[in-house]
Amino acid sequence: MSEAAALPRVSPQPAVATEGRPVRWVLTALAIGFLALFLVLPLITVFAQAFAKGWDAYRAAFDEPDARSAIRLTLTVAAIAVPFNLVFGVAASWAIAKFEFVGKNLLVTLIDLPFSVSPVVSGLIYVLLFGAQGLLGPWLLANDIQIIFALPGIVLATIFVTFPFVARQLIPLMQEQGNAEEEAALTLGASGWHVFRTVTLPNIRWALLYSVLLCNARAMGEFGAVAVVSGHIRGLTNTIPLHVEILYNEYNFVASFAVASVLASLALVTLVIKSGLEWRYSDELAAGARRH
Amino acid sequence: MPEPLRPRRRLMQPSVIPGFGLAFGYMLTCLGLIVLLPLAALVARASGLGLSGIWEVATDPRVAAALKVSFGISILAALTASTFGFLVAWVLTRYDFPGRRVVDAVVDLPFALPTAVAGIALASLYAPNGLVGAQLAKLGIQAAYTPLGIYIAMVFIGLPFAVRTVQPLIVEIDREIEEASATLGADRLHTLTRVILPPLIPAVLTGFALAFARGVGEYGSIIFIAGNLPYVSEIAPLLIVIKLSEFDYKGACAIAVIMLAISFATLLAINLIQAWSRRRFGYV
Repeated sequence: MSEAAALPRVSPQPAVATEGRPVRWVLTALAIGFLALFLVLPLITVFAQAFAKGWDAYRAAFDEPDARSAIRLTLTVAAIAVPFNLVFGVAASWAIAKFEFVGKNLLVTLIDLPFSVSPVVSGLIYVLLFGAQGLLGPWLLANDIQIIFALPGIVLATIFVTFPFVARQLIPLMQEQGNAEEEAALTLGASGWHVFRTVTLPNIRWALLYSVLLCNARAMGEFGAVAVVSGHIRGLTNTIPLHVEILYNEYNFVASFAVASVLASLALVTLVIKSGLEWRYSDELAAGARRH
Repeated sequence: MPEPLRPRRRLMQPSVIPGFGLAFGYMLTCLGLIVLLPLAALVARASGLGLSGIWEVATDPRVAAALKVSFGISILAALTASTFGFLVAWVLTRYDFPGRRVVDAVVDLPFALPTAVAGIALASLYAPNGLVGAQLAKLGIQAAYTPLGIYIAMVFIGLPFAVRTVQPLIVEIDREIEEASATLGADRLHTLTRVILPPLIPAVLTGFALAFARGVGEYGSIIFIAGNLPYVSEIAPLLIVIKLSEFDYKGACAIAVIMLAISFATLLAINLIQAWSRRRFGYV
């Protein structure tokens, strides 16, 4: 969701234009304390609980065949959903940023729509469409195609909730970069595809990596939407987050937190790479990164 | 007589860049099949119920209680998130302290951490025998399995929205205005409330609306800590899941459409705030 922007250096300020030292100190302590209590403590809890009974108990959580199949399913879903949204995002930002046409703003709003829909509703809409009682349900049943409570439904729901990630990162960036470089390349006789590969792609590669990273984190961690369409069939339609839920509800806390720690580590890695990218390539990540 | 040349309104400006048809067509197909068609299926289902049917579901005591819990608590949580979000954004952009970059990265944690993971962590932290829950219990406060738990989860999930909408605007504040204000004799508090804060209000409101919208729809980080007691700590998204598992499609659709309407109203409010801000202050 967040737009890439590097944290600018704090410029030295004259005493009249800042707060007194004690006030600054108190406010900083308050902000850091709040973040530590609300954000960092839950993260530490995940690892503390996961290792509460030692390394062997931790390891045992992953020897379960159900855990392995959940990990496999989550990787499969992400391997389909993320490239799909990557291709969609590039196509959408090419159409929207490189051309002028009527109704653009409406399109951008529609692409952003999934972000403002509750995850549960995001799952529900596919049940209404493909479920046994859904609009296409009878036809799917007659043709022996299963979408809900199966892989296709989970993939669709995941694509839905991660739909805007790539497009919303690329559109403002490509709009700001303009068409001049592409037009020059075309004038020099390059083909359209060649221009995209050698001119456009290098300009957006870091933003692309950045948005794919966030898209992947959300795709692997999505819970609400997937919970609705999955049916919670152990070993078959349980993703990692759903497996975490089941273990937790069975009071198998160590295993639950152990599996959750994999997702938490993924989140940490995502944050570190994300911050690194923002640090180094802020200008190439987002439109007006310095201004915005 | 030849007609005078009039500039024609075009649907599309001509361009030498290739690939519009392919990119536009692909985008529209995906958007239509993945987003618009399924959402239309929900609206079609719900319109089958009619307004009276939706109203009937909405006024069912259990549904009404769940909607009240979801909306009421997410307003409170969004207020908290906006207040502390402003503080965090201010401290991060204005004060230099060791580890500032790390703290800045930590703000995005709720974006990156899967909601179910956050949910079980918060639940075990605030449970009566948990690290924080035990301390609260000494004060006679039970957080987990009560509405207070829902509030905590919603603050967690809404905080980054509040910080990240205000932060870029604090960066942009022209220091000279503050200095001018100080030179003209205003004390620091006066400068803050009369010079710095007013132009930031639209961003604070936008952050509040985003945190609110996220809180209303949130599911994963809440259900573990909420206790899910009907009429007390049951949130609307959970009730959709319950209705679905009971094959009560009518009920699920009605609640979903109400929540969808609220999301769109929030989106509209955000757009109005930004349009107002553009007119009033010249930026979003």
